Amino acid sequence: MKRHLPLALVPAAALAALPLVGSTPTWVTLTVAGLAMGMMIFIMASGLTLVFGLMDVMNFAHGAFISVGAYAAASVLIALRADMQAPSLAANLSAIVPAVAAAIALAGLLGWFFERVVIRPVYGDHLKQILVTMGGLIVVEQLIHVAWGPDIIPLPRPATLTGSVLLGDAAIERYRMLAVVVGLAVFAAMWLVLSRTRLGLLIRAGVENTEMVESLGYRIRRLFVGVFVAGSGLAGLGGVMWAMYQESVTASMGMQVMVVIFIVIIIGGLGSVGGCFVGALLVGLVANYIGYLAPKLALGSNILLMVLILLWRPRGLYPVGKS
Amino acid sequence: MDELLALSGVNTHIGQYHILQGVDFSVKKNSLTMLLGRNGAGKTTCLRTIMGLWRASAGKIHFQGKEITRTATPDLARLGIAYVPENMGIFAGLTVKENMVLAARGGALDERRLEWIFGLFPAMKKFWGSAAGNLSGGQKQMLAVSRAIAQPRELLLVDEPTKGLAPAIIAAMIEAFRELKRDATLLVVEQNFHFARSLGDAVAVMDSGRIVHAGAMAELAADEALQQRLLGLSLAAHQ
Repeated sequence: MKRHLPLALVPAAALAALPLVGSTPTWVTLTVAGLAMGMMIFIMASGLTLVFGLMDVMNFAHGAFISVGAYAAASVLIALRADMQAPSLAANLSAIVPAVAAAIALAGLLGWFFERVVIRPVYGDHLKQILVTMGGLIVVEQLIHVAWGPDIIPLPRPATLTGSVLLGDAAIERYRMLAVVVGLAVFAAMWLVLSRTRLGLLIRAGVENTEMVESLGYRIRRLFVGVFVAGSGLAGLGGVMWAMYQESVTASMGMQVMVVIFIVIIIGGLGSVGGCFVGALLVGLVANYIGYLAPKLALGSNILLMVLILLWRPRGLYPVGKS
Repeated sequence: MDELLALSGVNTHIGQYHILQGVDFSVKKNSLTMLLGRNGAGKTTCLRTIMGLWRASAGKIHFQGKEITRTATPDLARLGIAYVPENMGIFAGLTVKENMVLAARGGALDERRLEWIFGLFPAMKKFWGSAAGNLSGGQKQMLAVSRAIAQPRELLLVDEPTKGLAPAIIAAMIEAFRELKRDATLLVVEQNFHFARSLGDAVAVMDSGRIVHAGAMAELAADEALQQRLLGLSLAAHQ
């Protein structure tokens, strides 16, 4: 029962907001917007929390993978502009699929390079990790300026994903519905891998005690690299989705969203994928409700949420038992 | 060739501290060697250095006649060395079953071996589907040992298996270790001299990062003056 308590916070927050918002259609719109935002944050944050849990690495450069993913996708989408603007789902997909693949591949490749060159020498030293990954983030941002120029790149959504669907009186943006579906799919896939496969078992064991996993004969270094690359790839996917949501791409978008990502993984319990999911949804919902109810508080709503949750559970919603 | 493990002149530094200062001793095949010594003598460091979790800065470690001083931990496990750390190192968020499944690196657990382990530690069968974090201290220790023997091993390194355990559980542990001795070679760090004396064939005593005595357990058990000098306690006082 206690285990499901944090999960119950999500519907509880949504229901508590209903009387405050007043109008049901507005509430539906806000809730879907919050869930969509939460799902996108989850996709971007999930890799970071796993990397921290498994390797004890605080990777500030994760934001760089988000930006690079977005830029890679933008390049593909701009090249395939005609397919994007065609009012046919098949044509749109023929542009989106290669764009997403490019984003995941380039972000994953960058992640692999980072693990090998930047992070490997500083395993076990948090201060150095923060310094070199922060530095890495700045270098990648500047390299993006060199490769793609300093200007904001507008990124219109594909034709079939613009506009809204009416659900009763509530207007729900198509793109947000897609974000919810993709987020759920990523969560389900991660959950399946982590709970149903031997690889997942190894990752969960490694998050708790890497030394013991090695002592059982597993070469955890390979697992580190695999998880790091997968986490970076997910950041790339999240980057594309976030960019389409914002309808523009900037070099600093990764760094900007990192603040929210850190809040989410701290709320969730460092290293916990389930906690990251619940934390992301809470952050998304609360940001949307507060943004509507008390816009002046919107800027601090995430921090307030983090403070409240940490007062209740100082190690996050689902603390990971490190030993 | 009846020496399974041999350390010669092993030095280990942890940060600026020089913990092992030239450790020499060996473990005979099919024997149980007790590694004794006061707190801070370097016993845990010695096990961790053998397991590759800390690197020896000088000296050599041989296992089955081959040098393993620089061998990585996972490769040592693959050679047949199992390690039960002082904190037991169980995966608290995983079930007892999942802990055991991970220990069988090759794939499936061997049913007959599993039955044998259930015979040694019936609690493992009872709590098979429970989260390991919910087990009692004694049960966690049983799981840690069970995990180490989930597959046949050449050498078991066990760090303080009786630490914090109730006398009844210690008695059960003694029985289990007696059974384990038939199957593998063991090197056990221990503070409980009663436990050590009941099981040990050979003994090595450490002090200040060196081996100060090595020989047969029976010899140390019979010589109270030697115990007093090496361990700073008399057997009578310790029981």
